[in-house]
Amino acid sequence: MAGAAGPGTGPVAAGGDGDDSLYPIAVLIDELRNEDVQLRLNSIKKLSTIALALGVERTRTELLPFLTDTIYDEDEVLLALAEQLGNFTGLVGGPDFAHCLLPPLESLATVEETVVRDKAVESLRQISQEHTPIALEAHFVPLVKRLASGDWFTSRTSACGLFSVCYPRASNAVKAEIRQHFRSLCSDDTPMVRRAAASKLGEFAKVLELDSVKSEIVPLFTNLASDEQDSVRLLAVEACVSIAQLLSQEDLEALVMPTLRQAAEDKSWRVRYMVADKFSELQKAVGPKITLNDLIPAFQNLLKDCEAEVRAAAAHKVKELCENLPPEGRETIIMNQILPFIKELVSDTNQHVKSALASVIMGLSTILGKENTIEHLLPLFLAQLKDECPEVRLNIISNLDCVNEVIGIRQLSQSLLPAIVELAEDAKWRVRLAIIEYMPLLAGQLGVQFFDEKLNSLCMAWLVDHVYAIREAATNNLMKLVKKFGTEWAQNTIVPKVLVMASDPNYLHRMTTLFCINALSEACGQEITTKQMLPIVLKMAGDQVANVRFNVAKSLQKIGPILDTDALQEEVKPILQKLGQDEDVDVKYFAQEALSAVAQRLRKLDFPAKDSEEPSAPGADKNHFLRPRGPGEDTGKFVPLMSRHTQSERLGWFPRRQ
Amino acid sequence: METKLPPASTPTSPSSPGLSPVPPPDKVDGFSRRSLRRARPRRSHSSSQFRYQSNQQELTPLPLLKDVPASELHELLSRKLAQCGVMFDFLDCVADLKGKEVKRAALNELVECVGSTRGVLIEPVYPDIIRMISVNIFRTLPPSENPEFDPEEDEPNLEPSWPHLQLVYEFFLRFLESPDFQPSVAKRYVDQKFVLMLLELFDSEDPREREYLKTILHRVYGKFLGLRAYIRKQCSHIFLRFIYELEHFNGVAELLEILGSIINGFALPLKTEHKQFLVRVLIPLHSVKSLSVFHAQLAYCVVQFLEKDATLTEHVIRGLLKYWPKTCTQKEVMFLGEMEEILDVIEPSQFVKIQEPLFKQVARCVSSPHFQVAERALYFWNNEYILSLIEDNCHTVLPAVFGTLYQVSKEHWNQTIVSLIYNVLKTFMEMNGKLFDELTASYKLEKQQEQQKARERQELWQGLEELRLRRLQGTQGAKEAPLQRLPPPVATSGGQS
Repeated sequence: MAGAAGPGTGPVAAGGDGDDSLYPIAVLIDELRNEDVQLRLNSIKKLSTIALALGVERTRTELLPFLTDTIYDEDEVLLALAEQLGNFTGLVGGPDFAHCLLPPLESLATVEETVVRDKAVESLRQISQEHTPIALEAHFVPLVKRLASGDWFTSRTSACGLFSVCYPRASNAVKAEIRQHFRSLCSDDTPMVRRAAASKLGEFAKVLELDSVKSEIVPLFTNLASDEQDSVRLLAVEACVSIAQLLSQEDLEALVMPTLRQAAEDKSWRVRYMVADKFSELQKAVGPKITLNDLIPAFQNLLKDCEAEVRAAAAHKVKELCENLPPEGRETIIMNQILPFIKELVSDTNQHVKSALASVIMGLSTILGKENTIEHLLPLFLAQLKDECPEVRLNIISNLDCVNEVIGIRQLSQSLLPAIVELAEDAKWRVRLAIIEYMPLLAGQLGVQFFDEKLNSLCMAWLVDHVYAIREAATNNLMKLVKKFGTEWAQNTIVPKVLVMASDPNYLHRMTTLFCINALSEACGQEITTKQMLPIVLKMAGDQVANVRFNVAKSLQKIGPILDTDALQEEVKPILQKLGQDEDVDVKYFAQEALSAVAQRLRKLDFPAKDSEEPSAPGADKNHFLRPRGPGEDTGKFVPLMSRHTQSERLGWFPRRQ
Repeated sequence: METKLPPASTPTSPSSPGLSPVPPPDKVDGFSRRSLRRARPRRSHSSSQFRYQSNQQELTPLPLLKDVPASELHELLSRKLAQCGVMFDFLDCVADLKGKEVKRAALNELVECVGSTRGVLIEPVYPDIIRMISVNIFRTLPPSENPEFDPEEDEPNLEPSWPHLQLVYEFFLRFLESPDFQPSVAKRYVDQKFVLMLLELFDSEDPREREYLKTILHRVYGKFLGLRAYIRKQCSHIFLRFIYELEHFNGVAELLEILGSIINGFALPLKTEHKQFLVRVLIPLHSVKSLSVFHAQLAYCVVQFLEKDATLTEHVIRGLLKYWPKTCTQKEVMFLGEMEEILDVIEPSQFVKIQEPLFKQVARCVSSPHFQVAERALYFWNNEYILSLIEDNCHTVLPAVFGTLYQVSKEHWNQTIVSLIYNVLKTFMEMNGKLFDELTASYKLEKQQEQQKARERQELWQGLEELRLRRLQGTQGAKEAPLQRLPPPVATSGGQS
């Protein structure tokens, strides 16, 4: 945007004298007040333009007071305003005047709607950095105090997010006041405010002096962690991570751990869930010693919690927990203290738990090494591959690469195959889609012979799936396989089967042939494309379904670059010309598109001097476009139709007509 | 709308049949439809309350209360209460059947006893009773099986321990309603913390439980005067959290129902606290996605307030207009319904204050492409009282709606709507023929003026945009900098002088 140095420069630029009289504030304010919300919103979004037109002084003296006074509006407008004001410092005259922006933002920080308030707080935090230390104490800190002692909960909630940005740069006396305000918000009467304070406790602790952390933050933390509402208690767990990082081991043990132990056994599953969810962070924050003494037993309890939600959250953390254990003695701890619980989870009653475990369990094999993997983990993998829930099986399959590195995939192939086959035929198309995506990976690891024997037929079956997304994915899959196994393999195994579908009674299957050809031609090379694919495509130009015919045109355009001049000139061009006269407008359109692409390609082949892919000079390229394209052909005429074409392309399977 | 699709049933014959290598497909989509829907396996339901109850003693039936002499009655009563404080696992439906039966029988007897026998409720049993109730009903509600639980669509999860829980609730209710019940004694045990936990239970997915809770909370509110303000405050916290933080709480409708009767009993003049509750809690509740679940109760509360104090009307109507649904037509219909309820009780002096913004919104609804919204809005003209208000103020209302009605009458796709609008226009014509003619005459002119204004706006913004670019270049030259950090004060003030 800033680089727009084009028109409009020149003599006028400096002489902006008349500008201000052109735009009296009243006109601009009228725009900001327009009855139509959408127009009002547009105006607010261009507030910087208005401010720029007014200049810094009038922005300060006229625009901002107006904005402050008329804060009652639709929340959507207020949100845009709160966002704009965060970037307004330059427009009111730089850091020296940043405090002018505080009044409107203060009002915005007190509105009911959370989104608006949060945005106002975000902008205030941004602006606070632009204040000088003096301005901060003179303007910003008083604002925080006002918000912190507002009568409605909204302003007090907003205040919670502002303490940590002004504290580090305040003087000692002011610091004490700020801490005092924060303390009182932590024991506020309304749970909304206590929640806001609890969620900012960690952030605030980080900017405090260590002594204050111990003497003030820790008691606040202990209180919040035993709040009567579980929604407050669970936020204290988050704060625990930050606080733990600040304290020494002894202080941790004495000040924080009793509370954390209590949280891990809280009567509300939400709090226990939070502990499980934050487990890796907690583990890093408290260090290895406390981890071994306290966290591992807590983790065992979470893994066998009575609520599935908690077990699933804990299961998700298994791998990270093991990875973060100190390497020394890690194996023993995992084998003795973690693995027994994992074994239980493999046959959990809840599928979310099993699926969470399946998404990480393979990662353990790298940690435990080959022998342990074969002896202890492999039976679990095999059990999960046979699980009744497709998600569990899929999660195992999607992480096969981890195991492959350690023990090789062959160990699993016996169980793998039935699992894959079953997933490939799952009733949910998303499951089928997911397994298709892993096919190239599996093919690479299992080798061509295994693939031909067991998996090839699956890959072909997906081409005639009744969901378009699956057919599309199957097409891409074939291309990836050809890249992996080479053209000879393609010619023998894939291409013939694809081409047979060209005479299928179902037009959707016929189109699939075309899509496959589009995808495969490049990987297969000129010979296969010209000899085997092209004749089929050309034959399909006579299809009775228009969708097939215009896809023929598209395919010809697509494979054009791979073909040689003779084929293009002798075979492709006549067919495209014929399609160009088709009675269907769409077919005509795409045929003509393809025709001009082919013509361009032929011209390039005719002049070997310019055999580079790129046009030699922009001028020459332009000439190509200017050349008449054919009778009655007019690009302009077709432009308005484009949107419809893209739509019919997107709904490729939809029978536009029969 | 593009209507290129020929009727799907009649295949048109292709133009060049000779070229066709394939027979025509016999179906629109030649794929066999597999049955895709399998019944979702229900997860076994869990409840957090049994986690600390592993090794418990076996229950043995005690003698019946009616069989013991009066002197031993209270001792036996408290033993029975202790027995009823033992919890059982209802997930495992065959576990400890005997114990469950003993507790059930004991609970039944307690219900019976507290409901019919006089002189049972003496002071020493209060703590035992409250303890037994607390142990049974207070528990952390389990996570919802369906995270996107939609109370209108989905089956709720029923509480597995209901066979016992129901009896406990029944007992609690009879306890509160007993003629012997003494609030002055009970208030030592039924305190703020107790009430808070009771309120949290309203999130239960089980409608049977919420129904009991509703009645119980109502009695508690009635009997414990000292807890009233606290209950109201905690209710508003629950609502505010529901509106601004979670959008999920199952018991909103029940709480509103209780509040409806509470509001009904407010003394006049209304306290500021109550007015604030209306404006800052009840009105924003309209913005919640699941409004349909509790709209009837909410509208009742709002109307109750207005019947108490008509001066609140303006606040309420402006609030509703602020939260008017933008995309959800179902909610829009509800808003229109509530608005009509409000208009039914509105005082003419209040109507004058909000008629213009209100009828502009009504006009927007009439022009809604969703015919139910348009129809609901047009039904306002079938309401005699509203019609009389419109007639009294037709010089304001008519100009506010005329343009839209006139335009929609020519454009709406739905014939019912068009004919309803004609009726409305006819009413207007009869109401004030002269004004109607004037508005018809000035309609075209206004359209032109609107276009003119739009053009001017575009020019204004174009000018501003050019000015911005000039300023940027004037002050910055070729320097690259983010737009909004721009004009250094010196350069710009130079431009201004």
